[in-house]
Parts: sequence; structure tokens; C-alpha cells
Amino acid sequence: MTRPRSTPADPPTPDPTGPDSTGRASEDDVLVRLEGVVKHFPVKVGIVVKHEIGRVHAVDGVDLTVRRGETLGLVGETGCGKSTLARCITRLCPLTAGRVIIDGQDLSTMSRRQLRPYRRQMQMIFQDPYGSLNPRRRVGSIIGDPFAIHRVTRGPDRIRRVQELMELVGLNPEHYNRFPADFSGGQRQRIGVARALALRPKLIVCDEPVSALDVSIQAQIINLLESLQSEFGLTYVFIAHDLSVVEHVSDRVAVMYLGKVIELADRPALFATPRHPYTNALLSAASVADPDRSEQRQRIILTGDVPSPVSPPTGCRFHPRCPKAQQRCVDEDPALTPRLGDPESHPTACHFPVEPGEDLAAIRVGTEQPGREEAS
Amino acid sequence: MTTTELFEAPEATAESAQQTVVGRSPWQLAWLRLRRDRLAMACAVFIGLLVLVAIFASPISHAIGYSSTGQDRTHGITLDGLPVGPNSRHWFGTDNLGRDILVRIIYGTQVSLVVGVAAAAAAVFIGVVVGLCAGYFGPAVDSVLARVMDVVLSFPFLLFAIALVTVVGPSELVEIGVIAFFSWAAVGRIVRGQTLSIREREYVEAARSLGAGDLRIMFVDVLPNLVAPVIVYTTLLIPVSIVFEATLSFLGVGIIPPTPSWGNMISDAQSFYQVAWWFLVFPGLALIFTTLAFNLLGDSVRDALDPRSERMFTK
Repeated sequence: MTRPRSTPADPPTPDPTGPDSTGRASEDDVLVRLEGVVKHFPVKVGIVVKHEIGRVHAVDGVDLTVRRGETLGLVGETGCGKSTLARCITRLCPLTAGRVIIDGQDLSTMSRRQLRPYRRQMQMIFQDPYGSLNPRRRVGSIIGDPFAIHRVTRGPDRIRRVQELMELVGLNPEHYNRFPADFSGGQRQRIGVARALALRPKLIVCDEPVSALDVSIQAQIINLLESLQSEFGLTYVFIAHDLSVVEHVSDRVAVMYLGKVIELADRPALFATPRHPYTNALLSAASVADPDRSEQRQRIILTGDVPSPVSPPTGCRFHPRCPKAQQRCVDEDPALTPRLGDPESHPTACHFPVEPGEDLAAIRVGTEQPGREEAS
Repeated sequence: MTTTELFEAPEATAESAQQTVVGRSPWQLAWLRLRRDRLAMACAVFIGLLVLVAIFASPISHAIGYSSTGQDRTHGITLDGLPVGPNSRHWFGTDNLGRDILVRIIYGTQVSLVVGVAAAAAAVFIGVVVGLCAGYFGPAVDSVLARVMDVVLSFPFLLFAIALVTVVGPSELVEIGVIAFFSWAAVGRIVRGQTLSIREREYVEAARSLGAGDLRIMFVDVLPNLVAPVIVYTTLLIPVSIVFEATLSFLGVGIIPPTPSWGNMISDAQSFYQVAWWFLVFPGLALIFTTLAFNLLGDSVRDALDPRSERMFTK
């Protein structure tokens, strides 16, 4: 986030020497490596003897890397598995399959007890600033929790360090003895940030940290996160469904749809030349501040609902709603690899990626595509 | 970071005199609300008096001049052997053996409060421990403990209590045990349900992501949020236990005569109430007012602890 902002109008210039978007970076450079992460939730029926009738494919085979000091944005609509993926990264839930490697350590099969020392390196910031703080505890004790749990420091020294943290995130240290109910939503989120920061973690997974806040407060929290990142060299996995927020904070962006990453690119590339039809639709749906531009642009309206993650569609999971879908999309699941057709060729999971300049909205109104189920 | 600018906003400094924010705990707020509730305070005063009466039962009855089992053969019984009605010697009258009913009610207060409070406390303790474990430790533990609670709740408790006391022999301790045994499961169910919902809260997940262990989460994050419903249920369980005690004593399987308890007094009064109304009415009133006071206080405590229901009753 410290590098100069470039507008989507700038032609993206790939750096041939640097690590590319697929994340094939040198091992030292990588903080988080996800290999084929799968998380299914069984759907069970029966009162005494339960038997499984299906599985929610919340996360279905995700490979990702997060480099040290960068912010990886994770976008997608509600229910696409973003939050589940976040909980897999921080090992708040056991994985169905796959590996999570953080700082060279494979955490995927560790028990809760084994994980404990590694928890110091990764923290989470939660979406709901009201739900993530225990209403019956004083703020000082909430922020001091990491110190207490990891037996770092106690007594007056703990109070001093908690107050330093409060000052760091822009809270008045004198409010140490107040309760969460005495704070506004933005201030509460600062409390959550202070708690996440207490043990100086390397990785912070932000699960929609600003989506519950007012827009003006959102900016304050994002700026706070950015300044903390440059101060402490933090790595963020930043989950959001608000594209403008993701565009603002991310170095790279991964787009998720129904439990899979369907497009992964450096931020300018993704916003300038989105390849996957879903990404195009997502970008076209984002609100634009300028009303003139907003009226001019073509929105790509997707028909139908997101298919049930219990029984995801065959082949490409987006094919029932995709304007470009063909028979191959029904039969064959596209891999997340760089595709031909644009100078940057970041990885996208689509057989027929959108060419630069192609008008997807026009296809939508046009002829029916084979293999596409029309929503009634 | 100019924190002072952010937090000492102009309007705050202007009226800082009365606007100084005090970080009041939810308990302090609940206490303030309870203090404003006149009915609750009246009930609390009544219960406080009952406690004093129970503690000082023997000096009070000494001052009145009768003991709990002493028979007043000269003034406490008519020539026909019937109880004497309320008069200047015996304010509440006497029973069929010429014993002073006021003194016996005072001693009965001791029994009712001790048995009621002890049984409720024991029931709450067991209920909280079992309910917390059932709610917190996943479906395997839960299915076993929840079934146990179902079994206890489905016992025909009065029959079972009578049978048990017949075998073990009646005593105050057995009575407390019996009442606690049949009361804890209801507490356990409430605690289990609350724990199940609190367990899914984001702050529990936050604690887990910080690396907190199960015990720490149970005691630091879950239990404080259970205290409110548990307090409410305890204050409502005490009158239930008092009535339970009276029922057992009434049936002759609780406090053994001649030790007075409200239940065995009402039982004794059964054959005399047609000629001696005071014999039945005064122990009955003692039981009714005590349970009423506890119930009203319990309701007020619930209102105080749950501010969302406040508007329904005030104004």
C-alpha cells in the first residue's frame, strides 16, 4: 500500500524480473501458502442416528500465496466462501483437505494445542465490531487478552502496553476501564485492531473489517490499517465485498466464486483488464461516484441466483449464469492459469476469457448460449 | 496521533461538568435500574426482614415468651381441647396442642429460607456446571448430558421424593438434596441453551483465534454472559424450592414434627380449619407473601438485567 497509486487507465507494465501474479515467488518472500485448501461442511439429517445427505462446498480447492508485506484482497459475493477461507488460513476450523503453510510451517494438521504458539503470528480482525467484543468485559481487559493468553506480561506493565496500543490505534488510553458499549462502531473496530496488533503478528486476516461501518468511518479504519502496515511491516489478507475498498487497499486481488478463486491479478491489472466474465460483471456492478459516468456505463446483469454450494454446477461453476458459456464450460472445469489474449496474462479460471474491448453486456442481450440454464 | 483532539470534542468540553462519562459496568447499570424499582425495593426489604427474623428466631420468640414446641396448657387451649384464636397473649392464636402459632411461623421461616436457599444454590451450581459443559463441548457431550437432563425432568418428582425419603429417612439435608436433584435440570437446560448461542458469538471466535483454551473461554467469555439469566433463575427458583419444601413437609416427608415448618403446620391445620381458621391462614399467608416477594423481586431483577424489556413496565 506504500507504492504510488496508479489509475486503471495506466497500462499495466509487467515486471519480467519480479514475481508474477501466480505467486511463484521465492520461498523467503512468501508468508502464506495455501495448497488445495478444501473445506466442506456436511449436511446431516436424523435425530439420533445422523447421516450425511450432502456437503456444502464452502471452499473447494484454493491455491494462493501471500507475500510478505503485501495486501491480498479477497472479493466475491456473499456466500462464496471468503470468510470460510479466512477461517481456514487462521485455522479456526479444521480443513477437509489441503495445506496451509504460514512462514514455512505447515499448520494444516496441527491440533489446537500445537497451534497455540503460532497464533501469535496470525491474528484476525472481525467484521462485526459489536459482536467481536465481549460486552461484559472492560476494554483494557479485552485488548490485554493476548498478553494474558500467551503469558507475555502482567500487572502494571500489561496496563502500560495496553494503553500504548490504545494510543497507537487512536483511542484515548484513559478509556481503559470503559465497556465496549461506551464506544461507537468505529472506535470498537479500533479496539479490535489493537487486540489483533498486541502480539505484533506477521499476518492479519481482516474479515470484512469495514463493511459494518459508515463510509466516513471506513476511510479512517482503512487509513489506520495502512499506516500500521507500513509501521510494522504487516501482511494483510483483506476480505471485502466492496470493490472500491478492495481497489483502495490491495496490492493483489483474488476473486472468489462458489468456493474457488476464479481470477487472481495485481490490482491495476484486475481493474483495467478483468478476464473472467464474473469479474467483469462484478466490476460493472460496482457503484461509481460520478453520476455522469454511472449513467453511461453498461451494466452486465447476471441472471439467476448463485447456485447452491451443496451441489455446485459441473465444469465451470459460473457457466449457468455466464453470457459466454459453451458446451466446454459444462464439461470441463477450467484451471486457474494465465490465458492468452492480453499483454499481462494474469491467471484466470475461464476457457473463454473476456478480450480487452469486448462488450459482455451486448452478448447478454443477444442470442441464447448453449449449456446455460435460464432462471425462470 | 492527536487523540486528544479526537476525543475531547468541543461540545464535550462545553458541558463537561455534567457530561463526564463514567464507564459503568452492565452490573452497575442493572443495580441502578433495580434501585429505581420501588416494588423490587419493597420486596427486598420484606425479604431482608424475613432473613433477620430467621436469624434472630430464638431471641424474638424468647421476647414473645413462648418456645416453638412449648405448650401453653393454661391459656393456649380451651377446655374442650380446641385451639385458641388470636388474642393479646397469642397474637396469631394457638394450634391444637396449645403452641403459639406466631413463634412457630418464625421458626418455620428459618426452615423455609435455609432449605429454599440452600436447595436453590445447590441446584444452580449443578445446573450451571452441567449446562455449561453440555453447551460448550460439542454434540457428543451434549447428547449425553441433555438426555440426562431430560430423564431427570421426566421423573414423577413427588412420588420419587416420597419413596426416597421413606427409604433414606427424612432430614433437612435429605430434603435439600431431593429439592436440588429435581431442580438442577431446568437450570441446566437454560444454561445449555445460552451457552450454545454464546459459543457462536464472534468474541468467542476472537478468543479462540488469540489462542485461548477451553477453560479460559468458558470462564472469561461465556460465564459472565450467563450470570444475568442465572441470577434471574435463582431468585425465581428460591420460592419454588420454598413451596417444594412446604409440600414435602405437608406430606410428612420433609421436616419432622415437632420442629415447625410452614408445610407441616398447614398439614396439622387440615383437621381444625373449620373451627380454627387462624391455624391454617397464618402459615398459609407466610408462605404466600414470601413466595410472592421472591417472585416479584425475581421479575424486577430480570427487568433490570435486560434493559430491552424496561420500557414495557416503566411510565
